[in-house]
Amino acid sequence: MSEIVLKNIDKYYGDNRVLKGINLTIEDGDFMTLLGPSGCGKTTTLRVISGLEKPQNGTMTIDGVTMIDAPNAFYEEPSKRGLNLVFQSYALWPHMTVYQNIAFGLKIKKLSKEEIDKRVMDSLRTLRIDQYKDRYPNELSGGQQQRVAIARAIASNPKLLLLDEPLSNLDARLRIDMRVELKRLHQETGTTIIYVTHDQLEAMTMSTKVALFRAGEIAQVASPLELYTNPVDIETADFVGSPRINLIDGKAFFDGNSLKVSSILGDYDFEKSTLKLEEEIPLNKEFDCVLGVRPELVGVSTKKPDAGNVIEATVYATQPAGPETILSLDIQETVISVLQVDLRRYNPNQKVWVTLDPKRINVFNKATTRLIRYAEAREKTEGED
Amino acid sequence: MSKTKKVIEKGDPMIRLKNQIKSILCNPFNLITLIAFIVLIAFVVVPLVSLIKQTLVLDATAARRAKVEEGTWSLYYWQYLLTGKMAKSMFWVPLSHSLVVSICSCLVAVPLGAILAWLMVRSDIPGKKVLSFLIVIAYMMPSWCKSQAWLSIFRNTLGGAPGILYGFGLKIPDWLAYGPVAMVCVLSLHYYAFTYIMLAGSLGTINSELEEMALIQGASKKNIVMQITLPLVMPAFLSATIMTFSKALGGYSVASYLGTRVKYYTLSTRLHDQIGGGMSGVGYCIAILMILMSAGCIFANDRLIGTRKSYSTINGKGGRSVDLMLGSWRIPMFILVCIFLTIALVIPILSLMIESFQIAPMNGITLNNLTLHNWIGKEENSYAYINYEPGVLRNPKFTRAIWNTVKLGVLGAVIASFMGQLFGYISVRGRGKWYGRAIDQLVFIPYLIPAVAFSAVYVAMFNKPKLGGLIPSLYGTFLLILLISVVKYFPYASKAGSSTMMQISSELEEAAEINGAGFFRRMAQIIFPIAKNGFMSGFILSFISIAKEFDLISLVINEKNTTLSYLTFSYTSMGCYQLAAASSVCMILLISVCYLIAKYVFKADIVKSFG
Repeated sequence: MSEIVLKNIDKYYGDNRVLKGINLTIEDGDFMTLLGPSGCGKTTTLRVISGLEKPQNGTMTIDGVTMIDAPNAFYEEPSKRGLNLVFQSYALWPHMTVYQNIAFGLKIKKLSKEEIDKRVMDSLRTLRIDQYKDRYPNELSGGQQQRVAIARAIASNPKLLLLDEPLSNLDARLRIDMRVELKRLHQETGTTIIYVTHDQLEAMTMSTKVALFRAGEIAQVASPLELYTNPVDIETADFVGSPRINLIDGKAFFDGNSLKVSSILGDYDFEKSTLKLEEEIPLNKEFDCVLGVRPELVGVSTKKPDAGNVIEATVYATQPAGPETILSLDIQETVISVLQVDLRRYNPNQKVWVTLDPKRINVFNKATTRLIRYAEAREKTEGED
Repeated sequence: MSKTKKVIEKGDPMIRLKNQIKSILCNPFNLITLIAFIVLIAFVVVPLVSLIKQTLVLDATAARRAKVEEGTWSLYYWQYLLTGKMAKSMFWVPLSHSLVVSICSCLVAVPLGAILAWLMVRSDIPGKKVLSFLIVIAYMMPSWCKSQAWLSIFRNTLGGAPGILYGFGLKIPDWLAYGPVAMVCVLSLHYYAFTYIMLAGSLGTINSELEEMALIQGASKKNIVMQITLPLVMPAFLSATIMTFSKALGGYSVASYLGTRVKYYTLSTRLHDQIGGGMSGVGYCIAILMILMSAGCIFANDRLIGTRKSYSTINGKGGRSVDLMLGSWRIPMFILVCIFLTIALVIPILSLMIESFQIAPMNGITLNNLTLHNWIGKEENSYAYINYEPGVLRNPKFTRAIWNTVKLGVLGAVIASFMGQLFGYISVRGRGKWYGRAIDQLVFIPYLIPAVAFSAVYVAMFNKPKLGGLIPSLYGTFLLILLISVVKYFPYASKAGSSTMMQISSELEEAAEINGAGFFRRMAQIIFPIAKNGFMSGFILSFISIAKEFDLISLVINEKNTTLSYLTFSYTSMGCYQLAAASSVCMILLISVCYLIAKYVFKADIVKSFG
């Protein structure tokens, strides 16, 4: 078991409060991603967990053992927290070979020579870089250096592995390869991983849970699917997903039983059971709302369908990208994006018809920016279309 | 980030205090920072305070003259220096001399260095690599060697034995052999390199894309130079001017070699005389005024140039452009630069070498005027020569001077570069924190102080036992010379140290920390091995700088502690010019050997770091 519990962590640099009462629980075996734009406190949180930064307030326990007790000025040393860290810059010691880099920490632990050798070689093999063990870091490519940095971190069998934007210095193709490697590493070792990134695609593809940071606070903690389907507010919705979610202004009215929404996308009536009642929803009063529709959930046909809620639109621009086509449609002077699988051909200003599945639409209260209506999450499994 | 009020919860005060104390004590970094502060306060701040105090408290001699008791607080020294009967000859005339010499040196040295830099960086002059190497190498030769060379060429009967030109039958007038003209020539031939290094650096980092952009916009070549290139190098140019002025103003060796013989006193020679044999309090006053002037120059430099100190202009794909096509001027310009190098580098060295093999320089370069006596002559034969001294290689004085020089250089360099790495480490790791800034500022102070004034500071501090004999008088000891050399070198050493440390990302250290390496293990196994090359080239740089120093130590040296630079000077004052020439040649050899070691063993080009 290694469960990490952070409570009310505050970190100041001078008078600058960069972490504002962070509360976060990371369960054993989680692949927890701290996601957010740069400067939002995610790396600071990682450094607080690792022990390289000392927060002014708050506590942290790992498996119930107190690691940080700021009120009593207690901070356990980084090396005694049973974790290891992979730096963004890799931080490989340039004067040591790959082997020496990995053996360094093991030697400090005073392990026997055989044990050190076994562990170094095991971790090298796990990352498939055993043929480079006698090279110096500057003789390796960026991707290989990355693997060495990870091998060094896992050689000490940490209960908790921290990764700070490990893929940001790699080129696009290597990044995809390493995503696969990291995911496999997580599955094979079962180690709890905390992963910092600003790339929402990395967060979506690898993690079991995502903590979304914003200006020193956590906006939402959820599984990637949940975060994608029901982002907690407009800003989160806008940050997660590419191409970006369509956010359409509308008017809403809640009579206590159902939420009536009207916009350029038509009129909808949402049942009370799909509403997020703990949020602020004005009663018996029309209010401004924002509809969130993911680009891939917009149906487009060139012939007018017979039934259902059909909206007329004109083609504004198309971006065929090979496996998918991004379509920009003009609906009453508002441009929305549509993502379609395969290559499709449309002519500029061509008339098309848009259909939507009401179950998959998010509604946000424009005043509070918070989500007030859940969309239905749907993950296709094998056999299903 | 919002600037809310900082709220910090506190638990049990006793446990909190215990944990806080434990974490401070268990972190050796704190201890080392503390030591650094103690060192800097004891050797930089306290001596300065002591210097100021000694200009205000009268010693026995001054008290007698002022008819008050010894130890009285009084402005006597200041009045004596600035308004008294002697003020004109003691201060105002030397001040005007200092100003004249330094302004004239600037007027020659800065344009000279600028033209050379432009030619070397931006033109297609042939042999650039060798020429630019020779242009900077001239700066390694200390200015007192150059003064010595000047004397060996231009000396006339005023200096006892006339020099080489006199030997060819040329009557050299006093105004050429000694005094302001000679001083300006030697200073210019020394400090041009300073401007050259700064400007070449700045010109070399201008991204050609900046100029190409102007070209695309339709600017003419002249327009580009005037409106793009010049403004970009202006900060470096201004900086070079101010710093050359400040260095020439504070310089002692050239003034003492070439000025005192014709009673052309500058502030630095006056200071030296007063502390060496006059009223030391007055000397300390001059020291304070010199420090203020030099500090003023540096602050002016900061204010004028401010944040524009360096445009970091290299980025992207732009390279360096060679746009000054000399055309038919290629060869003539090449020859001009060669002539210049001959004057600045070849003739001085050659003349010193020739003189070291002559019996009497005034008799010219004929076979029967050549001898090896100056190098290997025995004492019993020396009556036949002007010197009455054995040749340097058989001369115990010389052997001792070499030994002292090497001892001072090695010890000084070891301590200075070690401390430099330490200060650098603290300043880099403490970047943006109060202790990092404080260390930076304290370490910088010796840089503000001209060398001869700096030694005055130390004389003021250590001329008498302090704290009831707990700190003995160090006057005349090797320890004092070492101390002065080390502390004066702190700013350079710590600059070298921080630039090495800057290259070592703190993540390398944090990675080791997470793997369980303590502070000392991190130092020994991570920081030092990575910093090794920077450390070694810093070491050699400090060795050369300390070993060649004359201004800094001439006030505190005595017979027993003589170094090569001081021995040369005393040979010159005794009229043993050939021996002085021989020991200058040895100095140049020593510097060259160190330079080559740094260049080929540690792959570091240290000339550019010369301050």
